[in-house]
Amino acid sequence: MQEAVQIFKEIQLKEADMKKTFTVVALVLIALALVMPASVFAAEKAKYAIVFKNTGNPYGEKQMEGFKNGIEEQGFEAILRAPDLPTAEAQIQIIEQLIAQKVAAICIVGNDYDALVPVLKKASAQGIKVFSLDSSVNPQARLTHVNQADSEKIGQTLIKAAYDMAGGKGEIAILSATSQASNQNIWIDFMKKELAKPEYKDLKLVKVAYGDDLRDKSVSETEGLLRSYPNLKVIIAPTTVGIAAAGKVLTDKGLKGKVMLTGLGLPSEMAEYIENGVCPYMFLWNPIDVGYLGAYVGTALVSGKITGKVGEKFSAGRLGNYTITKAPDGGTEVLLGPPFKFDKSNIEEWKKVY
Amino acid sequence: MHMTETTSVIDVNKPRGIRQYQWEIFLVVLFLAVNVVNSFLSPYYLTLDTFLSTPMNFLDKAFLVLPMTMIIILGNIDVSVGSIVALTSVLMAVSYNAGLPMPLAMVLALVISTTCGLINGLLQIKFRELSATIITLSTMTVYRGIAYVILEDRSAGHFPSWFSFLAWGYIGKVPFILIVFVLAAIVFAILLHTTRFGRMVFAVGNNKTACEYSGIRTGRIILGVSVITGLMAGFTSLFLTSRMGSTRPNVALGYELDVIAMTVLGGISTNGGKGRIAGPLISIFLIGFLNYGLGLRNVSAQVLLIILGFLLILSVLVQNFTDRPRQKSSSKSGKSAAPTHQSDAGSGSDIQGNSAQGG
Repeated sequence: MQEAVQIFKEIQLKEADMKKTFTVVALVLIALALVMPASVFAAEKAKYAIVFKNTGNPYGEKQMEGFKNGIEEQGFEAILRAPDLPTAEAQIQIIEQLIAQKVAAICIVGNDYDALVPVLKKASAQGIKVFSLDSSVNPQARLTHVNQADSEKIGQTLIKAAYDMAGGKGEIAILSATSQASNQNIWIDFMKKELAKPEYKDLKLVKVAYGDDLRDKSVSETEGLLRSYPNLKVIIAPTTVGIAAAGKVLTDKGLKGKVMLTGLGLPSEMAEYIENGVCPYMFLWNPIDVGYLGAYVGTALVSGKITGKVGEKFSAGRLGNYTITKAPDGGTEVLLGPPFKFDKSNIEEWKKVY
Repeated sequence: MHMTETTSVIDVNKPRGIRQYQWEIFLVVLFLAVNVVNSFLSPYYLTLDTFLSTPMNFLDKAFLVLPMTMIIILGNIDVSVGSIVALTSVLMAVSYNAGLPMPLAMVLALVISTTCGLINGLLQIKFRELSATIITLSTMTVYRGIAYVILEDRSAGHFPSWFSFLAWGYIGKVPFILIVFVLAAIVFAILLHTTRFGRMVFAVGNNKTACEYSGIRTGRIILGVSVITGLMAGFTSLFLTSRMGSTRPNVALGYELDVIAMTVLGGISTNGGKGRIAGPLISIFLIGFLNYGLGLRNVSAQVLLIILGFLLILSVLVQNFTDRPRQKSSSKSGKSAAPTHQSDAGSGSDIQGNSAQGG
């Protein structure tokens, strides 16, 4: 008897359950419909997509913003994408989705030099113009590459800066991003080549440390450098995350004037350390301009004005005229220009920009 | 006294007919809804090609959902699967580049991944006082650490061109990976729901102590599931590496969380001892197509994570709701024990006492 009552209660419960479930389904459906903007009904414009390394990277946000400006001022639609993790497999998935949307061009900031080749070839086979920007991919999968600055010049500039800061001799160290980051590795190679020149014979590179572009790891790697090499004169950090972390460590430890810092950094993040003297000066190009140049490379490729061969010329809006040159990896590239120097005289004005 | 109470509740609680599949139906409805919404919102969505080729984007990790279902039914969690995939992939590439023929390198990959699973299982048996989560958390860092030591800053690859067939190839109009996955899913469904081994997985998940007292070698079950997990991680590794054409130590980063999310959303109770493989199978496709559809709308990665988070909370809430009658009554009789095994063992209170001591 008691059991029967209980069974009855259970069934009632279950029924309430079912109703609840379907109410929830309905709610989820409505939510889904609201999440998606109704831009389907907008007129079809040619779509240009940029795929950055991962979300939440201020440098990447600026680059995508520049790309968007460049595309939209020419009257096209820009698609800005980035995966939540900086892996090649996540970018592959995004590129598949872009292929399905039949975009006109894909501008890829690669998380891996080789792993994206199959999916990018698939995109090219469907008539999509594929080129890389900032962090390159294998030349067999790209038409051309948009580079921030001449890699050799970056290497030369940073070594010259370290030389001047160290007063001509002493120990220097490099704090890089991940050990497999293609940009940083190319620059480090050029730095080593530059150091081999006779005028830098008294400058000694003691270590290349890797902060993996993570704030906490960069901090502990900097502390490690300071402990292992007490005579260190200069730290070169060719990555925006690393240089900011090193600036923080040197400031906190009161090492201003004893260990100097230079490298590539975002003005807004580095203003504090340039103003307090820990970092006398540093360099960067404008990520907005890199993205903007990428936008014009994309439209020139789609219109057929350029095909990605050495010597072809095109115009890039407010940036002026550019020529495609040979890249060190065997492909072709477009160079934005020399790195720009930030010091006490101009940081105030630039820190508001990016 | 405890026994009669528990038994009656279990009897009523045993779902009947279609209600038994309530959560699966919910997932199917959601899956259809996602597809309907997607096809309305993107003109490129509703084609047969999209439908058949989209799974290529997410099926590599789906191979891990199958054994993860068993692990969670056992009441455990394995967070090392992503690292096993990475280590296997790296070792396969390195051994191929060192001159091993590709078919042998692939076999070696499966052997390595299975060994990793075996190690996980042995550690769990040897150190019973440690939870599986802690053990796999340690092996997770060890496995990926070894991958980093081997390959450091390099990526390895240059596989023969036929190797890319695994992840990119089609048989007719159907992707090869989809065919392999369907076969694997059938094998797992049979293994989990019709064999003695499968029943023991459920029994151990329900009450390990009671199982031990009824003469079930729980260690063997745990070891078996761990080895199967390793083997499936090997499959994931093969397909993922084939898809990328090269590998590096950070591949399959975060796969363990994706896989656990798919499994839990599939209605597998994290308390262990309950669930059907159909749920996770549907949720693989639900999450995959949701992801793909939102991608077609160029929705940012974070929004997808938020939606997935809501779905997970929902699944836990609903499970909790349907579980409630049983939990209430079992809390009266102490630790929830499988009533069948209680009666098997003869004296229920004895086991209750023992399990309380053990826990």
